[in-house]
Amino acid sequence: MTTTPSTSIIFAKELPAGRAGLRHAIPAEWTKFWSVRSTPWSLFALVVATLGLGALSTNALHGQQFATLDPTRRVLVGFNLGQFAIGVLGVLFISAEYGTGQIRSTLAALPRRPVVLGAKAIVMGGVALVVGEILSFVTFYMGHAILAGTASHVSLSDPGVMRVLIESGIYMSLMGLIGLGIASIIRNSAGSIATFAGLILILTLILGAMPQAIQNAVSRYLPANIGATVFSVITPGRLQGTPVFSSQAGLVILAVYALLLLSAGCFFMIRRDS
Amino acid sequence: MIKARGLTKRFGNVLAVDDLSFDVEPGRVTGFLGPNGSGKSTTMAMIMGLNHPSAGTVTVGGQQYRDLRWPLREVGGLLEARAIHPGRSARTHLWSLAQYNGIAKSRVDEVLEIVGLTAVAKKRVGKFSLGMGQRLGIAAALLGDPAVLILDEPVNGLDPEGIRWMRTLCRSLAAEGRTIFISSHLMAEMALTADQLVVIGQGRLIAEMPVAEFVARSSSQSFRVRVSEPEPLRRAIESAGGVVETESDGSLTVAGVVAVTIGDVALSLGIAVYELTAQASLEDAFMEMTGGSVEYRGAK
Repeated sequence: MTTTPSTSIIFAKELPAGRAGLRHAIPAEWTKFWSVRSTPWSLFALVVATLGLGALSTNALHGQQFATLDPTRRVLVGFNLGQFAIGVLGVLFISAEYGTGQIRSTLAALPRRPVVLGAKAIVMGGVALVVGEILSFVTFYMGHAILAGTASHVSLSDPGVMRVLIESGIYMSLMGLIGLGIASIIRNSAGSIATFAGLILILTLILGAMPQAIQNAVSRYLPANIGATVFSVITPGRLQGTPVFSSQAGLVILAVYALLLLSAGCFFMIRRDS
Repeated sequence: MIKARGLTKRFGNVLAVDDLSFDVEPGRVTGFLGPNGSGKSTTMAMIMGLNHPSAGTVTVGGQQYRDLRWPLREVGGLLEARAIHPGRSARTHLWSLAQYNGIAKSRVDEVLEIVGLTAVAKKRVGKFSLGMGQRLGIAAALLGDPAVLILDEPVNGLDPEGIRWMRTLCRSLAAEGRTIFISSHLMAEMALTADQLVVIGQGRLIAEMPVAEFVARSSSQSFRVRVSEPEPLRRAIESAGGVVETESDGSLTVAGVVAVTIGDVALSLGIAVYELTAQASLEDAFMEMTGGSVEYRGAK
């Protein structure tokens, strides 16, 4: 114990102009994104699901004598599975911070919750978009190689193919953001992953048990059905008898979901204790 | 530097922090003393904007934490629970925090050096011992070279050498004119490290005073004495080695002598004694007030 100095020196230092903001938060989140093992593992699972399932499905077309109606869809079938890997990646990007207590370090470094969540959304959405686009084209070329010389031959110049490939990457990016948005509300990893899976799988099952009138009204809003139109070269107008949106309108709806979830997450981050 | 006014935090039906007001000044170490579960961590989390007060305010340098322009360059915090993702290395963890506040990468290696973690900088934090985790937390607090440091139980998990190191570090940071606010449930540790104390129990303020005064008050029994003629008694007790203060109501507060001495001196002077009451010492008061809030107690 020492006596209190009677005339205290006050520690003073010059702070830089401006303030910590998005331009600092994005590189910080980028560092955090790539420095946990769950990121390479999720991306590995994504690649295996997409390429592996795509290869299996495409190979099955090989012996067929007649051309399949939409071979591109068969090639990209792995995206239906891969979207879970991207969703998990989006969930873990924030739920792992709550699970480990890291969020307290994060929010101490940058207490403005909207900036933190915004930076996470930019990093997650950006990575998922780039990975999704690369993967859709790589998968397509794999399918192209497998189907070369068969009746179901696919080509980039076939009508609708380019649209499907570009939109599939966008779809993956939005699913990553939906995962992030869900976890920013629920915080818990297991609960968030279950909710994400439920949104895609269980909602579809439940709706399938509803009267046709309700199915006709609601099913076009389901992420799974939006995905089905995105991955399809043919614009069906109807999917299993119920009306669907165009793929572009569907992606806009998904973007609205992501935005609503992230906004709610932001609201709760501001309101709740961390 | 840190100013709490009527700070209150309610978790459901539990009042964790109850109308707490105190000041933490720069240039000295202020100890935040109270038993486990008395609301220290909750109070510190409110200072850092992680918990929202149910009522009242707390500011750092006149600002609420969320309004700080460069939080880590202004306030360094060590939070009780290890607030770190176990999968990252110490260096990457600190680098991501540095990026948030535009702090140079070279500073990361500097603080690792200061806390003695350079050798394990690339090791996954999950493999760290409690003491190493604590040092990493202190490194994070020092990252922005802040004027204010808020350290929740910083010596938790440190070995005796580490505790001495922590004490010296706090003292030298305070000597540079920084504001150091450090919590502990150990009175002895605080007596060695702090200049000033904020003592709480069950979320309420018990005392806010210099450590010297706290120690003096808690180690000596005092008496409240009401007599027919206070002045002659005061002089007599003082010459007998006691310390006497005259209160506003004319009564005396006597310390440094036993009750028998007070009675004998009064008798020898022919002074009538109306009241001679032993007053609880501050330590007794501290134990009494905080006893009910101790969460876990060993079997007797």
